[in-house]
Amino acid sequence: MAERKVLVYTRFNRLWHWSQAASILVLLFTGLRIMGLHGILTFGLAVTIHSVVAVALMLLWVFTAFWLLTTGAWRQFAPRRAGLWQVARFYAWGVFRGEEHPYRKVLRRRHNPLQALAYLALKVLLFPAVLLSGIAYLGYGLWDDLDPSGWVIWAVANIHILTAFAIGSFVVAHVYLLTIGHGFREHVKPMLTGFETVDLTPEQEAYLTAEEPWRLKP
Amino acid sequence: MPPTYRAMRLLAWAFWVAAAMAAPAQAQEAPAIPGSGSTADHSKFPALKGPFSSGPEVTQACLSCHTEAGDQVMHTLHWTWDYTHAETGQKLGKSSVINSFCGNVGSNEARCTSCHAGYGWTDVRQPPPSDPARVDCLACHDRSGQYAKLDNMAGLPPLEPVPAGAKTITGADARPVDLARVAQSVGAPGRDNCGNCHFYGGGGDNVKHGDLSSALIRPDLATDVHMSPQGGNFTCQTCHVTEDHRVAGSRYAVEAKDIVDTHLLGQPRDAATCESCHGNRPHPVTPTGMKLDDHTDRVACQTCHIPSFARGGVATKTLWDWSTAGKLKDGKPFAEEAFTQSDGQHLHTYLSTKGNFEWAENVVPFYGWFNGTVEYTTAETVFDPSLPVEINRLEGSAGDPDARIWPFKRMAGRQAFDTERNVLLHSQVYGPQTDTAFWTNFDWAKALQAAARYMGTDYSGKFDFVDTRMYWPITHMVAPAEDALKCGACHRPEGRMAGIAGVYIPGTKLPPGGIIGLALLAMVVAGVAGHGLMRLLGRKGKGAHHG
Repeated sequence: MAERKVLVYTRFNRLWHWSQAASILVLLFTGLRIMGLHGILTFGLAVTIHSVVAVALMLLWVFTAFWLLTTGAWRQFAPRRAGLWQVARFYAWGVFRGEEHPYRKVLRRRHNPLQALAYLALKVLLFPAVLLSGIAYLGYGLWDDLDPSGWVIWAVANIHILTAFAIGSFVVAHVYLLTIGHGFREHVKPMLTGFETVDLTPEQEAYLTAEEPWRLKP
Repeated sequence: MPPTYRAMRLLAWAFWVAAAMAAPAQAQEAPAIPGSGSTADHSKFPALKGPFSSGPEVTQACLSCHTEAGDQVMHTLHWTWDYTHAETGQKLGKSSVINSFCGNVGSNEARCTSCHAGYGWTDVRQPPPSDPARVDCLACHDRSGQYAKLDNMAGLPPLEPVPAGAKTITGADARPVDLARVAQSVGAPGRDNCGNCHFYGGGGDNVKHGDLSSALIRPDLATDVHMSPQGGNFTCQTCHVTEDHRVAGSRYAVEAKDIVDTHLLGQPRDAATCESCHGNRPHPVTPTGMKLDDHTDRVACQTCHIPSFARGGVATKTLWDWSTAGKLKDGKPFAEEAFTQSDGQHLHTYLSTKGNFEWAENVVPFYGWFNGTVEYTTAETVFDPSLPVEINRLEGSAGDPDARIWPFKRMAGRQAFDTERNVLLHSQVYGPQTDTAFWTNFDWAKALQAAARYMGTDYSGKFDFVDTRMYWPITHMVAPAEDALKCGACHRPEGRMAGIAGVYIPGTKLPPGGIIGLALLAMVVAGVAGHGLMRLLGRKGKGAHHG
């Protein structure tokens, strides 16, 4: 086993992450305005930005879903039990005692098990919930005649808002967890450069050296 | 000075004098009707040469060519003042209803029927005269601008000699009408023709409707984008499409939600709705426009596009308290004028004959669900006098698919009622020759008794005054698009929709999902802060530094 700096976040992966992050921040900001929780921007402008960015994000997700499925990148997010307990115990206990993070990144698994589980929950629960309720909300004009009492649009709005706050909570925890271990800057850097310190097997190292040398930093 | 210069100066001077003299003459002319090119010049018809000595003589001349016109008019609401509501079964119409302005027509005829589209209807307990010659063609079709109806002669125009102090239905000093000149001027009605009655309902300019005032005769664009000569220059019947003298549009059975596919140009239509021209998705296909289109199923066009009514400089009456009427100073009726209109004109705030008034300009409407059906509190409707009586109850709610949120003028009144039977009372206010009419004798007991006897209603003889509310759908004075309400007018706490129940309006109040979501976010922030604090403390305790 050798620790090497390896390109694990491809260009599309990084583009996906950062455009999604920016979209989510804009959507949260404009969403809070629409709810009346702040007064920066007019209501109409907030709705317009919210709708346009939401459509752009949906388009991004279409590409992302295609990318995840065709490249097999989805496997990074498949849940597994191995190491889960140790990571949970680390965050709840070890981190206060200055212990090392128990997880060692490997090529096929760049996220720790808890992280992967959290991202999976985001992808299969929160994003679909906010996406579907958002589409329903956006397309209200197409089905409003089926909802004379207005109860359905009320439910849709509440699901959308609650999910949005859950995603906001994820963002808070996500950013906070970057401060644990090697520090915030060290954790953000791989998502900018694409290079992450990973344990490589001799076979992996040999393969990369021979076939994909650009993925290895000397 | 060379002679040519002097001649030019003289010419210029003459031009300005002529222009100055022509200006007031022009101001008296009725506004031109757009596209009124007719194939007939009525001044060339021998039948209209005159002289005419009465209105019916002119009508007879009209009917000599327009053979069916009299019969047509006599089958319209403008003539019958009688309307049976298809859904509620109530007998309505001007001859029956009680409103929160002048009250009722019956027993006040010669005054109230001065706005009837005919001549000499002096008893509304009977149908109007059955003679087609009694139809008043000129009230609607005069284009000379000089025809008028006296305010107390059951629809007759002022003819030579006009009694001193006589007034017309618009409150102007009456001047003798030259019937032949009027007859030769006839054409399609202009805004002024309809306005002579409809702008002055309730006893003065814009008193009643709030969105129908003399400001609409020549409105600027900001006052009415459709009727302004700088805009569409519409006449009333551009929207109130008229067939066989039947005019589209009703305040008793309103087309509150017009679900029509966008019609093809030239396709016949007869609904006086915004949608009949603009369709149901009228906004541009942009993100904002599409979102606005999503509103049309629940929000009437008027709600956003008439941000306030009584615009254009004419105030509307918002409160009429009859209970204070009858006070005298030194045995004489008196008036107070404590309201000043934006043009500086003082308006009555108290009259011994009518009681207390309140007025307002640029009024923010009252908003309510409305499916178009209006149920009246008639002289037979029993009510609870401890609550304000709704003179015309609006039907509709959020759960009613035919209802939309509409703007209204909400008129506050205080009117006489029978304290034994808990019903509204008719009142006789006009009757200079009687010893019972209120405006003559200032005695409510006599005025109410006389009206009850006239109308044939049971009256216990005991009366008091009850608070009333009356709702007037606001649909005129559509503002230019840039003046329409912005989203934030309603989508904010305590916004314009504050009184609207049963519909989810984002931005007005945090829904449960938002409250739970905020709590979740707060817990995560607190958890993260606690976690971070414990890491800091742990690091200090251990004295170790990670990484």
